[in-house]
Amino acid sequence: MKRVQFNRPLLPFLLILPQMAVIVIFFYWPSAQAIQSSFYIEDPFGFGATFVGLSNYHDILTSAEYLKIVNFTVIFTLLVTVLSLSIGLLLAVKADKVIRGSSAYKTLLISVYAVAPPVAGLIGVMFFDQHIGPFVKLAAWFGWEMRVGIDYWDTAITMITISVWKQIPYNFIFFLSGLQGISRSVVEAAAIDCRSPIRRFWTVILPLLSPTAFFLLIINMTYALFDTFGIIDTTVKDKAANNPITLVYKVYMDGFRGNDIGGSSAQSVILMLVVFVLTVFQFRFIERRVHYN
Amino acid sequence: MNRTRFFDHVVLLLGVAFMVGPILVAFLTSTHDPYEIHMKGLMASWGNDFVQTYDKVLFEKGGFTGKVTGLAMLKNSFILGIGFAVGKIVLSMLAAYAIVYFRFRMGVVFFWMIFTTLLLPLEVRILPSYEVMTKLGLVDTYSGLIVPLLASATGTFYFRQFFKSVPEEILEAARIDGAGPFKFFVDILVPLSRNMMAAIFIIMFVYGWNQYLWPMLMTTDEGFFTLVRGIKQILLVWVGAQIPDYNQAFALAVLAMVPPILVVIVFQSWFIKGLTESDK
Repeated sequence: MKRVQFNRPLLPFLLILPQMAVIVIFFYWPSAQAIQSSFYIEDPFGFGATFVGLSNYHDILTSAEYLKIVNFTVIFTLLVTVLSLSIGLLLAVKADKVIRGSSAYKTLLISVYAVAPPVAGLIGVMFFDQHIGPFVKLAAWFGWEMRVGIDYWDTAITMITISVWKQIPYNFIFFLSGLQGISRSVVEAAAIDCRSPIRRFWTVILPLLSPTAFFLLIINMTYALFDTFGIIDTTVKDKAANNPITLVYKVYMDGFRGNDIGGSSAQSVILMLVVFVLTVFQFRFIERRVHYN
Repeated sequence: MNRTRFFDHVVLLLGVAFMVGPILVAFLTSTHDPYEIHMKGLMASWGNDFVQTYDKVLFEKGGFTGKVTGLAMLKNSFILGIGFAVGKIVLSMLAAYAIVYFRFRMGVVFFWMIFTTLLLPLEVRILPSYEVMTKLGLVDTYSGLIVPLLASATGTFYFRQFFKSVPEEILEAARIDGAGPFKFFVDILVPLSRNMMAAIFIIMFVYGWNQYLWPMLMTTDEGFFTLVRGIKQILLVWVGAQIPDYNQAFALAVLAMVPPILVVIVFQSWFIKGLTESDK
């Protein structure tokens, strides 16, 4: 904080009041309710709720369906993270190298950042559409009959492709600014010591980029877990029956379609813990990142 | 040397084709009529129906939704995007000002309370949030659409970080000249933050514009639909249709994409600044 500060008793409270009011009403109140109702089973006709202790949690963690979704969420998150990070890095390395047209490449590559996930989902679904989708025709040419929305893994591939597409610009921007932050003298010294550009990349450039990469790893995992909701919703079109979905989509399905308030809340609390762990990692790491600089 | 440079360009061009191609194809396909699309698949050429399709999507009620035109959805999207961005900047600047510039013992407690909001994205607490909104009677209102989205810490962090980097001497000098907290904020801090405000405005505008889940739950009245929310409606109509109106669906998707893409491209340097500095 500042050494010199204003000293008014009331004013800071007034200044922070709007932010605090919004947070208390729209964050703390609902969060507290989620935790509370995760220990209750709500009467379907609205006649109050019964306290059931941890039984909602027990039901969830022993349900085969939930564990299947956990499984898919892990695979989905890993694939989306690895693919979008590596494609983003590849493009950033190339864009950092070229001189002619670099700003045009940059502008074109970042523009997809602004596309909303459900819009990306809609366009992607069209590309994988049974009647008009070019990707389905391409797959058929190789003898692979894609049935998105019916076949579990075909749908999963569609979701993953769209999610990766949507996230590449973000990773590209951060990797490019990371690369541009590496000092020219380091790059030149490395070029004198080692002739192979690929080895130079692995031994010099990549370690220098690792703070950025680590930070992006967490961000990408959070993205795959939460921000892909719109993509999943447009791909499965409200028919989750046989389709792959992630944990967040399950919270929504059980809460709004299934009216299972207790179960949905307990799932929320479980996800809360996941985010908590991710955030702690992120902040511990950022503390260290400050030391690097 | 020349060969590697050529290879770099090939990789970048493939990347651009993969990233921008789908957007371009979506736009071009929207200019054809649905039967042609149904017969031949997605289009990579300019069709004859551009004016007709966009005229219908923008000005005619019906099509995908019974009560609302594309233009009205465009307006709602702007209200959500701009309202969210402005609200975010105002709330978080005031809060950050209180935390950084005042001797204020509760400041630390408040800071941690704001910080905690990072732990729980809206998607996770969606059901109880919805219940709170129905209790408050805010379903189908603009404030119900915008205000709950403001309950997060990102902006406050950003301005706190920035205010801390403002040299101490500025406040000392201002106090010697007799400036009070109000005058200091309006005449010195706000002008100094102008670039930061622009950067965060762009990030938040895109974020607000692209909201999907929250508008989906909060608006049942079609008069409040945003373009991105309208995508859901397209898909619901889709399921039963023999030959869906592909062209109109794509036209609506294009309308939903163009404003945020333009904002990002036109204000590129602010956008990148806002992005790389706000997420730290």
